[in-house]
Amino acid sequence: MEPLLRVEDLRVELPTRRGLRPAVDGLSFDVGEGEIVGIAGESGSGKTMTAMTLLGLLPHGARTSGSARFDGRDLLTLGRRQLRDLRGRQIAMVSQDPSTALHPILPVGTQVTEHMRHHLGLSKSAARAEAVDLLATVRIPDPERALGAYPGQFSGGMRQRIAIAVALAARPRLLLADEPTTALDVTVQAGILRLLDRLRRERGLAVLVITHDLGVMSAVADRVAVMYAGRLAESGPRAQVLAAPRHPYTRGLLDALPHPEAADDPARVALRPIPGSPPSLGDVPAGCPFHPRCAFAVPACSTDRPEPLPVAAGHLLACPPDPLPRDDAAPVAEGAPA
Amino acid sequence: MSSADNALPVPVGRPRTRAPRRDLWRFLAKRLVAGAVLCVGITLVSFVLTQLVPGDPAAANLGNRAVEDPAAVAAFRAQYGLDKPLPVQYGVYLGKLVRGDLGESQQSHRSVKADLAEYIPATFELALFAIVLSLVVGVTLGIVAAVFRDRWPDQVLRVVSLAGVSMPTFWIALLAFFVFFYKLGWLPGGGRLGPALTPPPRTTGMFTVDAALAGQWGVLGSALEHLVLPGLVLATYTVGMLLRFTRASMLEILGNDYVRAARAKGLPERVVVVRHVLRPALISIITVAGLAFGSLLSGTVLVETIYSWPGLGQYAYTSAKNLDLPAIMGVSVVVAAVYIAINLLVDLLYGVIDPRIRLS
Repeated sequence: MEPLLRVEDLRVELPTRRGLRPAVDGLSFDVGEGEIVGIAGESGSGKTMTAMTLLGLLPHGARTSGSARFDGRDLLTLGRRQLRDLRGRQIAMVSQDPSTALHPILPVGTQVTEHMRHHLGLSKSAARAEAVDLLATVRIPDPERALGAYPGQFSGGMRQRIAIAVALAARPRLLLADEPTTALDVTVQAGILRLLDRLRRERGLAVLVITHDLGVMSAVADRVAVMYAGRLAESGPRAQVLAAPRHPYTRGLLDALPHPEAADDPARVALRPIPGSPPSLGDVPAGCPFHPRCAFAVPACSTDRPEPLPVAAGHLLACPPDPLPRDDAAPVAEGAPA
Repeated sequence: MSSADNALPVPVGRPRTRAPRRDLWRFLAKRLVAGAVLCVGITLVSFVLTQLVPGDPAAANLGNRAVEDPAAVAAFRAQYGLDKPLPVQYGVYLGKLVRGDLGESQQSHRSVKADLAEYIPATFELALFAIVLSLVVGVTLGIVAAVFRDRWPDQVLRVVSLAGVSMPTFWIALLAFFVFFYKLGWLPGGGRLGPALTPPPRTTGMFTVDAALAGQWGVLGSALEHLVLPGLVLATYTVGMLLRFTRASMLEILGNDYVRAARAKGLPERVVVVRHVLRPALISIITVAGLAFGSLLSGTVLVETIYSWPGLGQYAYTSAKNLDLPAIMGVSVVVAAVYIAINLLVDLLYGVIDPRIRLS
């Protein structure tokens, strides 16, 4: 049976001053019911545009190809009206910063119930009752009272919980979480991630988590796709991708995670950045887009576009040299620019 | 909530759903005291200014013959207290003002209060008509311009708003007068009522309201008809201004994450625009509308003159021409009070629109 969402060879081109430029290039992934899939990558790698494509909220003049089948229907070919009926109702979004994503001057109650009433046709009182339940589900204290309050009266973590309640209000089947914890403290992050995990278990919610933070991925994702410059670098089950990365870029992202314990251990490096910066839209190098920053680049990398190929069950890798040692205990490669 | 979930972040402060009433009263009291002080300050400034103007009220108000007669001039000065030292004159004025006495006009020989009571409602009626019209038309067109940004409706409206704010009011007034009254004869060319009609029994001084209260529908129709031309002319500028401000602040808000979030909820575009975009945009719209209403209320000399509208603008103009000091001072105080009241109203509206302002 086909999974709830199957994205195949998705290509998104955005209008720039120099014409259309690909922001997402040949991306494929699946998200099944009750599954959490993570898309990782630095800013500018096309993660957010992927989410916007699924919602049908790309900027004017953007062009898409490939397919994104949700429940059997291709989101890329649906009409505006059909997409609007799908948004919020079937596919909902939680965005990065709850302090800007919640409307500052509308009461929480309005924000939780307005699309519930629109999509589900609930009466005002029924919607209110459901909103109270929902706020209780995301563990907002005193939900009755919270309905009449404004986002500014809550802390960042509470706001993100409210934003999740808003996203869940019309009982969607797929939740797109774009950097859901980036704006939050580490302790609060953990609470939000546990909440997502609980919702997937209790409601069978499919979640697509978009983040640059592999730490977040390792906490909740069943499967992970790592993107670089709009292209898939590596994807597969979490344990395989994060514990034994095969792509130098994935390795680099993992090394870029801070290790607080490194302060006491001179053998470890606290944080190793990836040298250089990701290419801007329309400036993507030929061949493997990562080759200018890759310590393992061979001459072919600058000419041949690597295609994602299976290297293990469910594990795709777009790096033909496949230079990394199979054992994660092996010494970490020095991140010297090529 | 379950007490077992101890990893739960604690909310900062309990959400308050209603701002305490007491705060509102304290705010109002503070603003009213400040307003009163401001009014007194304005009387001082206008008093000093009227003294600086070269010219003699006696010469302006007495006839040519009487001005030659020192006795008549002395009598005039004594009658209006102009023979006393300036600080004393000002003190006397303030003392009367506190008791609600604005003095006696040197031209009409009536109390300034009675004069103002006659002219203010006429101006208020006209200003209210113009501002309501401008808000409806200007804000609606501004929304259209923002929603169709850089497409043809926006391009057309850009020309409309530019024309509205840049065409001189007196020119539009004359043009409209010529076309709609003189050439087409669709609308009356001046005054507040048809010549055959008598004003309705006075309650508010606004003919439309009074006529409606008295059930005199013919009078009401005529009063409305007479409002249309001067009202439209006054509204051209404010429509252009409100259109631009509405468009600009809507566009600013449209770029926010919360608008994208509203779209992501699958709400109809109409709901997104009105509830999520227009509401926060209203903050800057009412600021501009308040200022525009203030300037309409302080009387618009040109339009009132062209359409023979017996309002505050005409009164201020004739008083200034005749150096009618009590009348000038009276107008100044009224205009100051109007601006203070409008600012207060706008500030209160901010609180209605934006809970963050209400709660802080």
